[in-house]
Amino acid sequence: MISPGLHEVKYDTKFYVTNLCNRLIKSNYGMGKTLVDKIWDNHIVVSKPGFPDVVYINTHFIHEVTSPQAFDGLRKRGIPVFRTGKTRATADHNVPTMDQHLPIKEALSRKQVEMLTQNTAEFGVELYGLGHPYQGIVHVIGPELGITLPGMTIVCGDSHTSTHGAFGAIAFGIGTSEVEMVLATQCLLQYRPKRMKIEVNGQLKKGVVSKDIILYIISKISASGATGYFVEFAGEAIRSLSMEARMTICNMSIEMGARGGLIAPDQTTFDYIKGREFAPKGADWDKALAYWQTLYSDADAEFDSVITFDAADIEPMITYGTNPGMGIGVTQHIPSLEQLDEKEKPSFKKSLDYMGLEAGSGLLGKKVDYVFIGSCTNSRIEDLRMVAEFVKGKHKADDVVVWIVPGSKQVEAQAKKEGIDKVFEAAGFQLREPGCSACLGMNEDKVPAGMYCISTSNRNFEGRQGPNARTFLASPLSAAAAAITGKVTDVRELV
Amino acid sequence: MSKNFQQLESTAVPIPIENIDTDQIIPARFLKATTRDGFGENLFRDWRFDGDNKPKADFVLNNPTYSGQVLVAGKNFGCGSSREHAAWAIADYGFKVVISSFFADIFKNNALNNFILPIQVTDAFLDKIFSAIEKDANAKLAVDLEKQTLKIVSTGEETSFDINPYKKACLINGYDDIDYLLSLRKDIEAYEATREFNF
Repeated sequence: MISPGLHEVKYDTKFYVTNLCNRLIKSNYGMGKTLVDKIWDNHIVVSKPGFPDVVYINTHFIHEVTSPQAFDGLRKRGIPVFRTGKTRATADHNVPTMDQHLPIKEALSRKQVEMLTQNTAEFGVELYGLGHPYQGIVHVIGPELGITLPGMTIVCGDSHTSTHGAFGAIAFGIGTSEVEMVLATQCLLQYRPKRMKIEVNGQLKKGVVSKDIILYIISKISASGATGYFVEFAGEAIRSLSMEARMTICNMSIEMGARGGLIAPDQTTFDYIKGREFAPKGADWDKALAYWQTLYSDADAEFDSVITFDAADIEPMITYGTNPGMGIGVTQHIPSLEQLDEKEKPSFKKSLDYMGLEAGSGLLGKKVDYVFIGSCTNSRIEDLRMVAEFVKGKHKADDVVVWIVPGSKQVEAQAKKEGIDKVFEAAGFQLREPGCSACLGMNEDKVPAGMYCISTSNRNFEGRQGPNARTFLASPLSAAAAAITGKVTDVRELV
Repeated sequence: MSKNFQQLESTAVPIPIENIDTDQIIPARFLKATTRDGFGENLFRDWRFDGDNKPKADFVLNNPTYSGQVLVAGKNFGCGSSREHAAWAIADYGFKVVISSFFADIFKNNALNNFILPIQVTDAFLDKIFSAIEKDANAKLAVDLEKQTLKIVSTGEETSFDINPYKKACLINGYDDIDYLLSLRKDIEAYEATREFNF
């Protein structure tokens, strides 16, 4: 049986149960700890039976869309922000990506951004708003400023907060009531998560990048395959990735339902952090490093579930449906109806109807109207470099619109410094200003109804990129290849 | 939004679709309000209305046959974005209970924080609910939070459901998490005093 997003699960229920029992039996005998448990235990303020743990939060990011009601709550209760220095704000979700120096045209977006400015000023929270050199997508700026550090607990009213897990932090998205809790007390009530380890062994093939790894994993375990878990990514293929590539993996752990994803910090992590604006310096750096080097899952730590994959099995991935689990290798075919359970058929058919695609068909050669390279998944400088290197000397297909939206002002400035902007201009790509943009279409950057967009973002939900817009999720390389050919393309044929 | 929940007997609205994400529950373009009110009118906006804002006749919320304070949906309900606006929209529309065979974690928290009870049942029991409603749109469901039971009134079939004892107490008594956290200020300060670094 093959179900959408659940093709061949290397998931052994017996193994799971045995492992769980082992952990329960051995937990009283000083067993090794997982990385998640080490960090969790280090942040418990109060733990009592029958209650969720009171967990201390080191870093809280806020943005204009999910914070106004939280500040309102503080006002109604007549209380201040408890630890102003531990919350940082930026405007990213609804901001325009052109002419950011001008007032925002759309009234409701302008009001939200103005409220963020007012609220942060009134409550004493640092804001990197429009025009600030640090402004950008919240999950891009935290790491690049050295605010995101190993061993931290990090939250934000945004599900892609899992991105920060790439540094060996417990990082997860929260709702607005929880934003208010963190503002009021710097704490959250949370249940200890289950632990899953996903190992990706071996080495990636040419043309296959970290986005393909995570789309592949989600296609195998489904959009709900890790619900309730914190997922630690491990194995040679993960270890050999850069920090930015690791962020792409952890970013999308929410797309398989995980509460968060993380990767144990190593020399790659420490090298990335060292010297960044807010990172520890001097003697503090040495002390911090000594602690960070203890942040790994002990060899005898037990996970509730372990899943392994081989990097060599992964080809450039693309999604065909309306959840991120509905993905296939770019040369493969969409599952046919006969391969599905009876119960799965209605949702599957609804999804393909929306996408205007046929069950059992392939996607290679399918015409693409828009290309979006951006979002907290793939808008960092390495993503832009990868795309620029690929498109240098090439030009986009005539009838394709290509939007490149950098993750932050710093990414934008770096791209210009390296002449990447000139490469994009020559290729006919539009380099815009930082924001969440067409990932969720809260600003003007919407894909028109019925059009196909190959997108480096994280969600292919109905209407995500605009009412009735159709999304193919893919890597920056695959998106760039489609920009050049005007259709879904196997990038391996062009590199 | 009523803050207390103990028992409820109501007809239900069925949406037998899996993986309903929060972008469907409330599309991103409707997240621009700065208060918690009024999200109900945009609940399932793009499934309820066409591009000209005309109601789509084939969507269940536009079908007067179905109504009630209980929403019944396919598995993995509430996946995707952490937007609490999804819970606000469901509450504002008038639902007090959501039943599915699986909930996304963040949505479940958001629902509970807004005094909506998410009830997770088995796939088999979910099928029974859907078929009871299919047979009779006026079929009632009875929820007893104290006993943690859910009953299909017409058939008498009953199941129990899990809820954390802390959250159960919050729902029954109308407490919220912030009140509890604020009462722990001394513990929080004591914890902070033990930390050299912010990690």
